[in-house]
Parts: sequence; C-alpha cells; structure tokens
Amino acid sequence: MCMPKLTAFLTATAVFASALTLTARADEVHVLNWKGYGADEPWAIAAFEKATGNKVVNDFFNSEQEMLTKLRTNPGLYDVVMINAAFNNQAMAEKLIQPIDVSKIPNYADISPDKANSPMLARDGKVYGVPWVWGLTALAINEKAFETPPTSIAEMWDPAHKGRVTIRDDAVEAVQFGAIATGQNINDIKDMEAVKAKLTSLIPQIKTFWSSENDWNQMVASNQINIGTYWSGSADRAKTHFKLPVSLVIPQEGAVAWLDAFSIPVGSKNVAGAEAFINYMIDPGFYVEWVTKVGAPVSANTKAVAALPEDAFNRKVMGDPAVAKRIQFQAPITDAQREAYLALWQELKVNVK
Amino acid sequence: MAGQVATGSRSGLRSALPLLLPAYLWLTVAIFLPLSAMVFFSFMTELPLSGKAWFFTLENYATFFSQGLYLTLLLASLRLGLEVTLWCVVIGYPAAYVLAKVLKGRSREAIFLLVILPFWSNGLVRIFSWAMVLREGGILDTALNAVLPFKINIDLMYSYPAVIIGLVHSYVPYMVLTCYLTLQAIDDSLIEAGRSLGASRLQMLKRVIIPLSMPGLVAGAALIFVPVVGSFMEPRILGGRTGTFYGTVIEDQFVAVFNWPLGAALSFILLAVVLVILALASPVLKRAA
Repeated sequence: MCMPKLTAFLTATAVFASALTLTARADEVHVLNWKGYGADEPWAIAAFEKATGNKVVNDFFNSEQEMLTKLRTNPGLYDVVMINAAFNNQAMAEKLIQPIDVSKIPNYADISPDKANSPMLARDGKVYGVPWVWGLTALAINEKAFETPPTSIAEMWDPAHKGRVTIRDDAVEAVQFGAIATGQNINDIKDMEAVKAKLTSLIPQIKTFWSSENDWNQMVASNQINIGTYWSGSADRAKTHFKLPVSLVIPQEGAVAWLDAFSIPVGSKNVAGAEAFINYMIDPGFYVEWVTKVGAPVSANTKAVAALPEDAFNRKVMGDPAVAKRIQFQAPITDAQREAYLALWQELKVNVK
Repeated sequence: MAGQVATGSRSGLRSALPLLLPAYLWLTVAIFLPLSAMVFFSFMTELPLSGKAWFFTLENYATFFSQGLYLTLLLASLRLGLEVTLWCVVIGYPAAYVLAKVLKGRSREAIFLLVILPFWSNGLVRIFSWAMVLREGGILDTALNAVLPFKINIDLMYSYPAVIIGLVHSYVPYMVLTCYLTLQAIDDSLIEAGRSLGASRLQMLKRVIIPLSMPGLVAGAALIFVPVVGSFMEPRILGGRTGTFYGTVIEDQFVAVFNWPLGAALSFILLAVVLVILALASPVLKRAA
C-alpha cells in the first residue's frame, strides 16, 4: 500500500542528493587540485572572480590515484584539473581529459618551449595539459641541526641523524629517491636490488613517514627531525609563509623533478571559464603574488619567473644551469611498475618492524 | 495447537513487516549491495572503471598466500586487536562496575557523561591530540619534567605503545557501556545473598559478578576486536615507521595504487579470519556465559 509512495520518496531523495552534488552552474569553474596549492588562495579566487565573473568551486585530492578516481566517478563535474605530467597520459588514455584550444589561453605563448612541447603533455599535435609549475623532490633540512647545509644525499644515512630523518610514505617517491642515492636513472632503474638494499639501510634512521606538508612542518616546528625528503615549493612555503627554519638542499647526486599541468576534463560544462582560469593561473601577476605571499614552486611561464626579484630562490637556484643538469624529470609509470614499487616499499616497512 | 502457533507467528511476521522493511531496505542498499560489489571486484583482474579489459581470477587471493608479507601483517594486526581488547577490559570493566554498583544519582550521570564524551569528538581530532601529548617535548614530557626532580625523556610518539594508547582510548567506551548494561542488570539481592552465605569479595567477583556480566564482556570484546584488527588511521598517524599493519596495507591498495581487486580480496580474507576466530571462540564463551 505504501510501496509506490516509498519508491517515490526514495527516488526524490536520490534525485535531490545527486542534484546537490552534481549540478554545475554555467558560470561556475569547478577546480580539482591539491589543497593549499595556489588554486585555492582566497585572494587569487577573489581577483579571478572579479575579473571574469566566474565563480570558483574548489575540490581537493590527497593522491594522484584519488584524483583519477574522482574524475572517473564524477564525469561532467569538474572544469579544471591539476595533473602531474607523469599521469597525464593515463588520464588521456582513459578519456578523462580533452584536448585544449591553446589559442584561447594568451599566456600559453610564454611557457618555456621544453615544457610546452613535453611529450607527456602534447600528443599528435594536440595539447592535453598546460604546464603550470615544476619543482623538485629534494632534501630539506632543519636549520637548527646544521651549521653548514649538507651537499650530499648520503647525509640521510649519517648515524648522527638516527631517529631524526623523515621520508614521504609514497612507494614511487621512495624508490626513485633510492635510485638517485645509488646513482641510477629514475625512469629506468636497472638494479632494483641495490635500491632495495639502500632503502633498507635507511629505514632504521627514520622517525616517521610524512604524507602532507603539514606533517613535515609540524615536525620541524617541534624540532623532531633534522633532515628529510621534501618538495621544493613546500620548503619555500615553510620558510616564507610559516617562518620555519627550513631550507632546501639539492644534493650533488641529483633530485627528482616533476611538472604539474592543468587539464580540462571531458564533459566540462564551462570550457571558456576553464580556459580563463588556466590563463590566470599561469599569469605572471598571479605567480609573483603567490611566491611573495605564500611560497610556490617554479612557474613554467618564463615571463613569470623573470618577474621575480633576481635573488629569488626560484629564479637564482632553480634556474641555475648547474642544477638543471643534475635533476631528472619523472616520466610516466605503468600500473605494473607502481604495484611492484608498492610491494617493495611495503616489504621494507614490514621487515624493519 | 501446532496450527495455531504457525498462524500466530505468520500473522506476527506480516504485521512486523512494515516495521522491519525500512531497516532491511537500508541494509540491502547501504551494506549488502556495496559488499557484494566488493566480493565481485575481489575476483577481477582490473576494475571496470579504469576502462581496461578484465576477466575473473583467483590471483588476488593467491597473492595473500604467495607473499609472507601479508600473513606477517595479519598476525601483527590480530595481536594488536588482542592487546587493545585486553587493555580495554582491564580499564573499562572496573569503571563499568563502579558506575553500575557503587555510584548513584548525579555523580553516576556525571561520570557516565565523561565516559561517553570522547564519542562526541571526531576520531581524527582525538588521534591528533594524542600526537601532541605523546611526542618528545609534548604535553606529557613537559608536564612530567616540570614535576619530577630528575630529568626523564618521554617520546612515545611514533611507536607501538602510542598505537595501543590511541586505540584503547578510542574503544574503551564500548567496553564500559556493554559491561555497564549487564552489571546493572545483576540483582543486588544476589550479591547480598552471596555475602550472607560467607563469600569473600574475590569469590563474589569470580563466582557471581563476572559470570553474570559475561555477555557484556563478550559483546564489548567483539565490538572492539573486529574494528581494531582492521584499523589503519591510528597506526598510520601514531605508529610512525612501526605503524604498518594489515589495515594500512589494504588502504594503500585502494588509495595509493588503485588496486581495488587486491584490496577487496585482502579485506575478505580478514573478514574470514575474524569470523573463524569468533566462531571458534563462541562455544568457549557461551559456556562461560
């Protein structure tokens, strides 16, 4: 007797719920990015909304896998997504992102050609990602623990730092870090046993694994660690924005470099708004303000980097040709490789318990 | 007579149906369907969402047995579950006894509120506040050094004890609540009768109170043991480099590598092991109860 009513009620609830989560208004730009990573700065959103009349709605992910899952399970919800270039190909192959008409993005012309033409982002004459910023996974030190900054990656293994070292709880980052420590190419690791042995000897040094910027900064603020792997932009932010005694070290052995780019998901309801947002994100005006107020990685836009003061870290150190020579850009990783890396990483973590 | 009983129970079921329907409909939609989907996933090579070709396989389950890693972790998690449950009994049972039999009126309400209070805060907030207390130079370290005449160094953070402390804190209210209910139901006249027959306090506890409150202890232990074995948040945040457990490995499969099939298979192996343990324990516990 009450079944039709109940069905109607359930349908109504379901429709209401999906309407709440999935409706994207035409003048809204839904952005998917890491939290606290430029695109959600309140001053930047206010400036963009004032200039274009679009409303920015931010959503966040905590790992690349989560980002891909969100794109897969919410088709049509997002207009702009920030994807590490190494994952761009996978997103394109799964038809999650669409080609971008770069003629609609005036600032695209100023992007350094080596980044814009990266085979990870541009394929068959189509652009699937607009390079935004790049940075390093290098080392960062707690300035209180060092009189002179170290130059070698071997510092992580120094018994003096036992129990005061941190590394990110991420299999790919850990394995690539091990590759650099054993003098190998991060994108073509020949001797995995050497990497494993090197990482095994590192684990007893470790205080804990970090997973977010906040973890790292808190451990330095409470003086619990001396040294650890860290992202260049985050180290800059820790120093500039949080006034912590943190400085970045690019070891002589090298560092892992990554490139972050913006893409437009398939099914975006506001492509024009997405293009305007991407253009704003790579604009020198936004970049300089971001670096000054908050701290940021290096812009892919040459004019944006040139607009920084000459002694700025992102211009002087990161732009140094000697640094450029020893960094290695991350290439895409297959699912099989990723699973193998995770298996190795988990085994390491379990064996030292 | 038999016919009467049959019609009686059938009409009882019919009239109970509208009352049962919402709960069972909800269980079907919210638990049974996703769980069946997970069973299905656990036998697949790839997730259909990823757009790749997939077929059925037993490989995900075989992975568990082919790599010693998972068995080691499962044993570590079971041990963690046992230890946490034990500490919850040690801490929760006396508290429940005092609440049920000693305190009356207002003071009981106040103490009861204090027990339930942690439930009102978010679990993550509780874990992070433990992080502030336990670390070197944290609240515990500073407070003890301010009071004690000699210098001690307390840095429990990122260790196995820290995981135990965090988990016991999260789960001890379950034990207090379940034991409180059964302890309160014990008739005071039974205790008085025992006393008047000359039983000592210890004998009373062993022969009367514990046996009568056993159902509460068992329910509390099951409520605590099962989620602790699969826990991942507390070990990850408080355990540091010793915080790798079976639950964190399952989480990695879902979050870090998008290998839902393996994650699902590992979860069902855990479910099976927990069910076997509960089944093996049930005759023993039933006799005790």
